[in-house]
Amino acid sequence: MTGINIVSGTVAPLDQANIDTDQIIPKQFLTGVTRTGYGINLFHDWRYSDGNKNTPNPDFPLNKPQYNGAKILLTRENFGCGSSREHAPWALADFGFDCIIATSFADIFYGNSINNQLLVVTLPNNELDQLFEKVNSDSKVLVTVNLTSQTVECEELSFSFDISSHHKTNLLKGLDAIGQTLELDEQIKSFEDKRLSWL
Amino acid sequence: MPTTLYQKIVNTHVVEDLGEDLLLYIDRHLIHEVTTPQAFSGLNEKGRKVRRPDLTFGTMDHSISTKSLALDACGPQNELQLNTLAVNCAQHGIELYPVGHKNQGIVHVIGPQQGLIQPGMTVVCGDSHTATHGAFGALAFGIGTSQVEHVLATQTLKQSRAKSMLVNVNGKLPLGVTAKDIILAIIGKIGHAGATGHVIEYAGDAITALSMEERMTVCNMSIEAGAKAGLIAPDQKTIDYIKGREYAPSDAHWDQAVAYWKSLYSDDDAQFDTIVDLAAQDIEPQVTWGTNPGQVVGINQHVPLPSSFQDSVSKDSANKALAYMGLEAGQAITNISVSHVFIGSCTNSRIEDLRAAAKVAALGEVLEGVTAIVVPGSVQVKQQAEDEKLDVIFKKSGFEWRLPGCSMCLGMNDDILQPGERCASTSNRNFEGRQGRGARTHLVSPEMAAAAAITGKFTDVRKMGEQV
Repeated sequence: MTGINIVSGTVAPLDQANIDTDQIIPKQFLTGVTRTGYGINLFHDWRYSDGNKNTPNPDFPLNKPQYNGAKILLTRENFGCGSSREHAPWALADFGFDCIIATSFADIFYGNSINNQLLVVTLPNNELDQLFEKVNSDSKVLVTVNLTSQTVECEELSFSFDISSHHKTNLLKGLDAIGQTLELDEQIKSFEDKRLSWL
Repeated sequence: MPTTLYQKIVNTHVVEDLGEDLLLYIDRHLIHEVTTPQAFSGLNEKGRKVRRPDLTFGTMDHSISTKSLALDACGPQNELQLNTLAVNCAQHGIELYPVGHKNQGIVHVIGPQQGLIQPGMTVVCGDSHTATHGAFGALAFGIGTSQVEHVLATQTLKQSRAKSMLVNVNGKLPLGVTAKDIILAIIGKIGHAGATGHVIEYAGDAITALSMEERMTVCNMSIEAGAKAGLIAPDQKTIDYIKGREYAPSDAHWDQAVAYWKSLYSDDDAQFDTIVDLAAQDIEPQVTWGTNPGQVVGINQHVPLPSSFQDSVSKDSANKALAYMGLEAGQAITNISVSHVFIGSCTNSRIEDLRAAAKVAALGEVLEGVTAIVVPGSVQVKQQAEDEKLDVIFKKSGFEWRLPGCSMCLGMNDDILQPGERCASTSNRNFEGRQGRGARTHLVSPEMAAAAAITGKFTDVRKMGEQV
């Protein structure tokens, strides 16, 4: 996996709190056995009227032509709550998003996103308000997220965000987490030797 | 230094301190068909092996029919996923309980049932309701597929230290009020994201008074408050439940194990980041009215006015929820009619749940126009229920008696609702579209679901004697 550092592009606004992973990718699309191909069903029930992909819902932001090709999704509190399905970040990435900016994320979704090189950025609501205002008044406005400097920039706005250093390193370097742990094989073996006898 | 139960379990599982993260050893890894195919293919692509197939256990539950044992009963895609699990388990030497096996069932029902879950363990599964197993004083949490692959390959997981929340429920639970009502009331109080970043420990005499199955119901929905995990300290009930089960410690190790389990509790002066108190006697049977489990009230209350919420996010969520649910602010909960009833899921499909629902079902017949299904949590639960003739009571009352699986909790099979249909459900999520596009889900206890089936609307189960 290659790392991710700077995401720069247009933004799709989804100004709603508590978007759960059932909305991001509904259950009927979880029967796949691969990690790809979920983008077409991203936000399926909101995106298509009558459950039919031939009838896009014109009111849903991702269907509006001005947000075509957006690389960043702007949303609100508790994004990705509910089911642990990793299909949610797979679908967001497959659709074309490289970065999600929200007030807060649910724990499992956040970890799943990091593991899939999807940059997840939290900003307080007052700063998100300003970004929403920018995007709503000009859909072509560019937002640049810089992981190294931990900043989000949009015209005159510049905000900094927090991210733990290990998450940052993993995103920047695109490290193979399993490969890293396998290097600790001796430690794992010695732990196993000391496990409680009935386990 | 005084420590919490969570910290004690973490401290005994640290393989390596990585600074911000800890590399934790995983004692049990439960797997099912939906969240594992990509993990196994990742392993296979890199030529990696499953490190501890002996600590890994699989079952089929999400994608299966509740009407037929055929793997293709819900279409070729489901069949492919189920067969993929079977092939992966066979290839890597993992014990699997496939459809038709005597131990098959919902992953969070069969783990405890087989004695696989014991106090002090770390337990993971690619499923957010893994928190269920915290009822045994095990640290149990849901993980994504990349983490499933990590555990398969290394039997470890990188985890940061969670914050801790103590939820005390004290007092005596009124008759007709259940473990489901306790957890819904807790989520209602702290909110749908109220425990994000935390591990919850449930304590207090109303919690210790619960049976093991009831404790599983409470811990099961910890994720619905945003928590990473939910825990209850083990006691004699925990020990008695495990004794004699297939994977319980052998006789030679039993006393040693019990002595260890008895050391697993939060020290008196352990520090929690957050403490929440609830009085059991104040809890009514709960019914969700919205589209997240925190949008919940007592049966004798009304659908709240969006304007009654303090913050704009809750107001906005309430408005959206009312529109989706087809409800009016101020409407009495007892005036909401249902078209469907679902009794099942990893929250409420164990034998005690079915006994409680059957007791209410025996009071009358499913109202004409209402479809009611009962889906036992496992083959063993189904068998036990049939031995007790609960199936006869349900069928006589007009309920359908199905085969075990996750079923209508999430509808990955054909147990789905049509737009606008309204369901009293014993499951754990009332999200938009969860039980079918446009379908409206209200979360309730098994007793309340059975009462809704008979009366066709939400009814205080404590008044059922008067109504039928």
